Order: sequence, then structure tokens, then C-alpha cells
Amino acid sequence: MKMFSSLLRSFLGFSVGLCLALALTALAGENPTHVLSVLLHSSFGSSYDFGLVLFYTTSLIFTGLAVCLPFQAGLFNIGAEGQLTMGALTMAAVGILWPQLGLPWAPLLAVSAGFSVAALWGFIPGWLRASRGSHEVIVTMMFNFIAAGISSYFVVGALKSVESQNPETASVGSGYLFKDFDPLHALSPDSPVNISLVIAIVLAVITWLVLNKSLWGYELKAVGQSPDAASTAGINAKKYKILSMLIAGGFAGLVGMNEILGSAGKFRLGFSPDYGFVGIAVALLARNNPLGIIFSAFLFGALQKGATDLDLETATITRDFAKILQAIIILAVAGFYSVQFLKVKKWIKKT
Amino acid sequence: MDQENLISLLMSSLRVAVPLIFAAYGGLLSERSGVIQIALEGFLLIGALAGAVTAHYTGSAWLGVLAAAAAGLTLAAVKAFFVLKLKVDQIIAGTAINLLAFGVAPFVTKVLFDSTGSTPSLPIEARFSSAPIFMAAALSLIMTYWFHKTRSGLSVQFAGEAPEALAVAGTSVLKTRWLSLMACGALAGIGGSTLSTYLSSAYSPNMTGGRGFIALAALIFGRWKPIPTLFACLFFGFTDALQIRLQGINSAIPVQFIQILPYLFTVIALAGFFGHSRAPKALGQSFDRG
Repeated sequence: MKMFSSLLRSFLGFSVGLCLALALTALAGENPTHVLSVLLHSSFGSSYDFGLVLFYTTSLIFTGLAVCLPFQAGLFNIGAEGQLTMGALTMAAVGILWPQLGLPWAPLLAVSAGFSVAALWGFIPGWLRASRGSHEVIVTMMFNFIAAGISSYFVVGALKSVESQNPETASVGSGYLFKDFDPLHALSPDSPVNISLVIAIVLAVITWLVLNKSLWGYELKAVGQSPDAASTAGINAKKYKILSMLIAGGFAGLVGMNEILGSAGKFRLGFSPDYGFVGIAVALLARNNPLGIIFSAFLFGALQKGATDLDLETATITRDFAKILQAIIILAVAGFYSVQFLKVKKWIKKT
Repeated sequence: MDQENLISLLMSSLRVAVPLIFAAYGGLLSERSGVIQIALEGFLLIGALAGAVTAHYTGSAWLGVLAAAAAGLTLAAVKAFFVLKLKVDQIIAGTAINLLAFGVAPFVTKVLFDSTGSTPSLPIEARFSSAPIFMAAALSLIMTYWFHKTRSGLSVQFAGEAPEALAVAGTSVLKTRWLSLMACGALAGIGGSTLSTYLSSAYSPNMTGGRGFIALAALIFGRWKPIPTLFACLFFGFTDALQIRLQGINSAIPVQFIQILPYLFTVIALAGFFGHSRAPKALGQSFDRG
């Protein structure tokens, strides 16, 4: 029953949000049904289109999980953007510093280094919260900007690409790229989708199992749901809060694997279309259920892709329309979760 | 650095601190009343756009300020509706409001000017030369007096510290928070208009560049108090001016490191290394009665 109610609320919120956003396009003189049909078709037009949607989906699963895990422990991680920046930058740096390295050590080294640095970027706010009471929302937000500063320093400085005029690093050694052994890449060779998608899905399933079927997950959720009861029961709340942020940081850092080892081969400044913030929407729509995150990441990935196509196919809608869609859907979904339907029923009876 | 250079650096610090002061005082109202305000960035952006568009069509920067206040207020009212009426999580609503502002702004410029970029450049008569500095100074004085010495100022403090006590005293907590939030949107909106009609001569995409978050940082660095917040804004304005100055020349200190200073200082302040920094007690909590 609870599951059904959650699904219904998410569905209603999503639909109402989408309709409101479409109504907005009508105000600007577009035909909403045309906009909707572009949105629907853009994801499934070709294997390239679908591959791009799956590529976005991969990153959004990682950031969705990065929001979900601390949330279960009672913390709000809005620092996934900074964490993924640090992870991706580290992976690029490793690939540039040791370009000769080959399989299998190259990707393993890059991924573990990126995961660790991103985890550190989550650990510090978690530790500050647990030990000094600093509000994690503000600290993670500040860490986003600090990460942006550090990445821009390295991209125009030490890791700079010599050939390119764009703000991007040099390319990583070829031994780091997934291409040659990547079955997903072989399925859709033009599109950026890669094996990271499988890793993301497996990670979501593992997270679900740990949260729901292990003592560790049970204690972590207890810390989030009733901190007082948890401490009475002798659960070390600090440990769980710090760990949840540490792991979340690492998860967000894996976006770098999808972007750099799986597709671009270098760190491009501003490569992320706000994956970290959309991750909040992804986790919200999925009600912080790791399995649900797989599906809601796909929905938001499709919207991202759809908005890019609307840019080309309509006169007034730009790719920034994705942000309007995301914003209205977040508000509508959150609104539907807050409204108590019983009250509405009573109110209808009264009037 | 010679004396002339130093004076011009200090003057430009003062200028770039203006939008920060407006936004930080807006944030102060909201946060002291108990509502976490991470949407300052969105209010600033929408204010910058409304200010530039209105000044472009009317030729008056003052009308631009009015429009910016109205735009910020409207966006804040949307947030207030979700946060105070529907009791949506304040962080989630704030994130959505920022996304909304950053999605709507290019949409508006596209519809009005058929470009996703800037608004047309404003002629000199439609821009401010120095008035915003005096406005910011006046605001600081008024806020400091009002916040500590008037009944309504104290109501705002109580709404964030001890909402139950305020309700018992017969003042509506929700109403206090509604008004604080809308005033916050209006102030931050005005701050935004100074970006486009005072510090530059048009609206350009992403022109806020994180200033909403710097203002929030200044508010926290200033321990949620009017006068320390003012000094924090001036200090962060100084780092901003310094960073702009260093961009042209080859300096030993990388520009990016100066850019991240405000954020770094805020983290250190929050961690309690600069003495006690405590958030309003009821910050982030919804209030169910009255």
C-alpha cells in the first residue's frame, strides 16, 4: 500500500509537472503537442539517440545514489556536483601523468584514485557535520565551488591541452579507455554509452540490498529516521553519517568514469549539465529507493536529451528548457508528497 | 602597489560588494525567520534580467529596480508557497527555484530578443553611476536598526529562534515567515538589478556567477548578524575585486585560489574555528500551528 501510494504520488507529480511545463511553452507560442512529441521521439529516434540517453542515465544513477545514501542517514548531500568534479579531474590527472599504463591496471588505478578523492570530498563535510555540527548543506555547497576553482586551475594550468583552444585537459593514455573491451560501446559505437551503465545499475542493486537486507543498512536508516532511538540502541550515529557521505562522494566521483574513461578521454570544463543537482530530482522522484533511482535517472536522462532536441526543432525553446522541466517536476513531485490525501478527501466532503 | 592603485582597488571592492549586501540582507531576513535560503542565486539572476529588460524598454534604471524587486518577490512567493504552505523540504524547494530561474531567464531573452544570450546594451542614461552604493549603505543602517530595535524585527528573530514563543505571544509565525521570504526575494532581486544596470551595462547569461552563494557565505561568515554580515560582504567584495584585478596580470597567486577564498573562509567559520557561529535554532524546520 505504501509502495503503491509512493508510486502514485511520483507519477502524479511527474505528470502534473510535465503538463505545467508544456503549458509554459504554449504561452511562448509553441504547440505543446508538438513539443511533447519531440520530447518522446528524441530518445528513441536512433541507436545514437538512445545511447546518449543511456549515457546521461548512467551519470544520473551515480549522482542519484550519492544523494540517496546520505539522505537515508539523515543528511542532505547537495555536493555531488563538486564530488563528481573532483573524481573526474583525478581520473584525468592519473591518465595524463602515467599515459603508458595499459590494461588492466590503467582503468583500475584511475577509477580507484578518482573514487578516493571524490570520497574525500564527501568525507570532509560529513566529518565536519558529525564532529563540529557544521551544516552539511552549506559545507557541501561551498565545496562545489572550491572544486570548480581547483578544476579550473588545473585545466588552464598543469593539465592543459596543448592542441586544443577549448578549456579542457590533454587526453588520457589510450590504455585507460574502455572502448576496446566494452560490449555496450560495440552495440552503439557512435554514442557515448559505455560499460559504466552496467556498473551503475549493479551499484544501485547492491545499495538496495545493503540498505534493506543488512544490519549495516538497518542501522544507517535508524540513524536517519529516529536519531534518538538509534543512540539509545547504542548505534554510533556519527560513524554512519560520515560513512554515508564518504561513500556518496565516491559514487558521485564515478561520473568521471562514465565521462572520461568511457567517453571523452579528457576532462572538459563544464562537462556536467548539473548532474549533481539533477541527482537530487532523481532521488526525490525515486523516493530514495536505489532501484527506483535506475528508472527515474532514465526519465531525467530522456528529458535532458529531449530538451537538447527541442533547441533545434522549435523557435523559442532552448536547451535550458531542461532546467525548467526539472524545476517544475521537482516542485510538483515534492508537493504531491507533502499533500495529505486524506485531508483533501475530508475537505471535498466538507464543501 | 602604489596608493592610487590601492584606492581604485578599494573603490571597486565597494562597487562589487553592492549586490552581495542586498542579497545577504535578503538572506538574513529569510534565515533569521527560520527558512534556509539557498535560492539567493536564482533571485539575483531573475532580478538582473528584470532590471535590464525594464531599463531597456523604459530607459529608467529606477524602474528596473522596481521590476527586479517585483520579479524577486514573485519567485520568493512561489518558494514560500511550497515551503510554508505545502511544507516541502526547504533545500529541495530552494534547488528547484534556482533551476527554475536559470531555465526561465534564457527562455525570456529568447522570446523577447531572439537570443539566448544577453539583453541589448543599455545607454548610459538607463544605468546607475553611483546611487546603488548609497542604497546599500542606507539598507545596512535601516536593517541594523530595524532588526534589533523594532517589534517586527524581533518577531523575525523569534520566528527563527523560538517559533512557539512567538505564536504564544499572539504573532503568526507563518505570516512572519511569508513576509520575511518575500522581502528577501525583493531585496535579492534589487541586488540582481545592480549587476546588470550598475556593474555592467546589460544582462548576460549566468552573470550572477555564484554571487548568491557568496552572499549566503557572507551571511554565515557574519554569524547571521547585520553588522558582521556587512563586513563579510565588503571583505568578499574585496576578494572579488582583487581576483578581477589579478586576471589581467601574471601573478604568483593563481586567480582561482583567490576566487575560492570566500567559500573556504565560510567552511572554516562554520567549523567553528573563528569562534562560535550558530545558526538560528529553528532554521529549516517547518512550523505547523498559526
